[in-house]
Amino acid sequence: MRSSANDYKNDKRAAARHAPQPVNRKDLYDSFTEETLMKHKKLIAALLLALPATAALADLTVGVTVSATGPAASLGIPEKNTFALVPQTIAGQKVRIVLLDDASDTTTAVKNAKKFVAEEKVDVIIGSTITPASLAMIDVAAEAETPMISMAASRAIVDPVDAKRRWVYKTPQNDAQMSTAITEHMSNSGVKRVAYIGFSDAYGEGWANEFAGVAQARKIEIVANERFNRADTSVTGQVLKIIAAKPDAVLIGGAGTPAALPQKALKERGFKGTIYQTHGVANNDFLRVCGKDCEGTFLPAGPVLVADQLPAGNPVKKSAQEYVQKYEAAHGKGSVSTFGAHAWDAYKLLEAAVPVALKKAQPGSKEFRAALRDALEGVKELPVAHGVFNMSPTDHLGFDQRARVMVRIEGGAWKLVK
Amino acid sequence: MDFQIALLLGQDGLTNGAIYALLALALVLVFAVTRVIFIPQGEFVAYGALTLATLQAGQLPATLWLILALGAAVAALDGAQALRHGAARKLPRILALNLAVPLALWFLLASTDLAGLPLVAQVLLALAVVVPLGPMIYRLAYQPIAEAPVLILLIVSVAVHVVLIGLGLLFFGAEGTRTPAFSEGTLELGATTLQYQTLWILAISAILIVALYAFFGRSIYGKALRATALNRTGARLMGISTTMAGKLSFTLAALIGAFSGILISPITTLYYDSGFLIGLKGFVGAIIGGLASYPVAAAGALLVGFLESYSSFYASAFKEVIVFTLIIPVLLWRSLTTHHSEEDE
Repeated sequence: MRSSANDYKNDKRAAARHAPQPVNRKDLYDSFTEETLMKHKKLIAALLLALPATAALADLTVGVTVSATGPAASLGIPEKNTFALVPQTIAGQKVRIVLLDDASDTTTAVKNAKKFVAEEKVDVIIGSTITPASLAMIDVAAEAETPMISMAASRAIVDPVDAKRRWVYKTPQNDAQMSTAITEHMSNSGVKRVAYIGFSDAYGEGWANEFAGVAQARKIEIVANERFNRADTSVTGQVLKIIAAKPDAVLIGGAGTPAALPQKALKERGFKGTIYQTHGVANNDFLRVCGKDCEGTFLPAGPVLVADQLPAGNPVKKSAQEYVQKYEAAHGKGSVSTFGAHAWDAYKLLEAAVPVALKKAQPGSKEFRAALRDALEGVKELPVAHGVFNMSPTDHLGFDQRARVMVRIEGGAWKLVK
Repeated sequence: MDFQIALLLGQDGLTNGAIYALLALALVLVFAVTRVIFIPQGEFVAYGALTLATLQAGQLPATLWLILALGAAVAALDGAQALRHGAARKLPRILALNLAVPLALWFLLASTDLAGLPLVAQVLLALAVVVPLGPMIYRLAYQPIAEAPVLILLIVSVAVHVVLIGLGLLFFGAEGTRTPAFSEGTLELGATTLQYQTLWILAISAILIVALYAFFGRSIYGKALRATALNRTGARLMGISTTMAGKLSFTLAALIGAFSGILISPITTLYYDSGFLIGLKGFVGAIIGGLASYPVAAAGALLVGFLESYSSFYASAFKEVIVFTLIIPVLLWRSLTTHHSEEDE
């Protein structure tokens, strides 16, 4: 993406250092007859000039695929914005970021990943925004022996760490960590009967399963289990069924502003119990759309959401504030979202791992990618916006309970629950 | 399920069904007159609602730039055509309609305090910004290929839909908005309560349907549209311009779509891409009416609304499956009862 005159010089040096060129120039000439050569001389000259530019081997190349359009756009756009804010050098090494949009589409995400590997010869892949796309990219990354850092939530992306997932890391908290926080809060406040309503997609199903698991352990009864669609204009049917089941609390498993619809419908039908949301709603657009109907809602979230309210001794406070300040300086007050912070954390991982890997090999080589993979696995006690990373050969997420806080919506703002 | 829940679900189904019915009518109208299966119908729902929300936030809606750009393109095309045919006297009218009106609208919007206007004025302005998109899209995308087979027109519809979705994301962003209700509050009605907005939706839908009925039955333009729908060549021989009929039907479709969006945006959150699914449900209704019968299409759309509402109570995870599976028995029934004519390709 960032190419300049300097790049060209670097590229030439790199080309000299690395013997196997993508195309052997002599062969290329031989394959043309004299006439076609004359005819296409200009074109060939242009092609040859372009060759080194596509194989920028000296820089550290990062392939990023985000869902900046399509259904996950509200998550992908802050991630995309975040990559414009990250430092352009790591340990003195110039970083070339190739950013592509996968339109929240699994096939496009895989295509992007293949492009990164085959054409851009990236050292690491970051992406994608959503779980289905990330799961599909694992094969590409593993086959090309390129480390990959996903910004999607599902535990299945990194667990279990098998031959393929050796290469895969992720930055968002597992759903299980978040649902444990919710059930803990529920049983502490005496909630016995809970109704669940979630998206009728991977997100809603994932939460339904995780929550059912941990709720049973805490003797919380699930009295209704409903689904709705992101694009639904009405959830009256589901809400009536939930109210008829007389729950103490309702958990809404949705992401972004669509999660406001069941909450508004519940309030409209006079539901008086507590409402829990998931960390999927943690952006300010949700507060805007939900308005006064969201007062008193509880949700678990990454600490970055309430960075300024964290106690001074919290190890995450400083690193979370750093991201909030950077993002808000570029995009205005109140613009920061927790989704963009997952992208920031992925880059923080790189900043920690790349210097270690550089001691073993040079970017652009197979050895460097392997060294980078090992270095990522060795990241310890790294404070980032969402928590503290402690990677291990069996844990490629590396977050503990410091990666989540309970938050309550009060007066149209997020308030940390002490 | 007790009586009260059944009543509430019925009310919910009726509200959504009324919106689907409006969209189904627009789809039938566009198909009957121009043979276009108008997939972007739903986009007008989203554009109408989101444009209104932008106006209420006191900002200039980006759809304004779209009508300025499309207007300029239409003026250039029509102007060049008029000059080629030596009809320079048509130029002032072409320029006034496609350039001056959007520009005037721009100055009007830029010079008023949009957020402070009464709701009625905001709604009218939002309609004024969105509705011209209908005839402009017809002029640019469909008029040059008006005689093409239905399949090609359908493919163009898909293209227009994708373009409008993409522009929607660019204009309004990925997040949804709600607009304030026409009038807040609820009405106690025996065992159940009705939101005033629900009453608004039902009343306005009914008024629009009656108005459309009167328009087609009484006015000369409505009769021209009906004539074109029945027999394009025959209508042309009688001096009815098929271009005019196409533009008029798209104007009506855009008006109905945008107004539907404005009606439902107080009761649900609308996104740049939510129009598609709403439009598809209207389409299921239109299919039940065989894309030809207005009353059957409206009844079919109401059926979709009820089916959706009751299935969301009994089996919320399978709601969409149930609604869209409805199309299979309907198609089966239609293919068995109607005679297939070869010229319809």
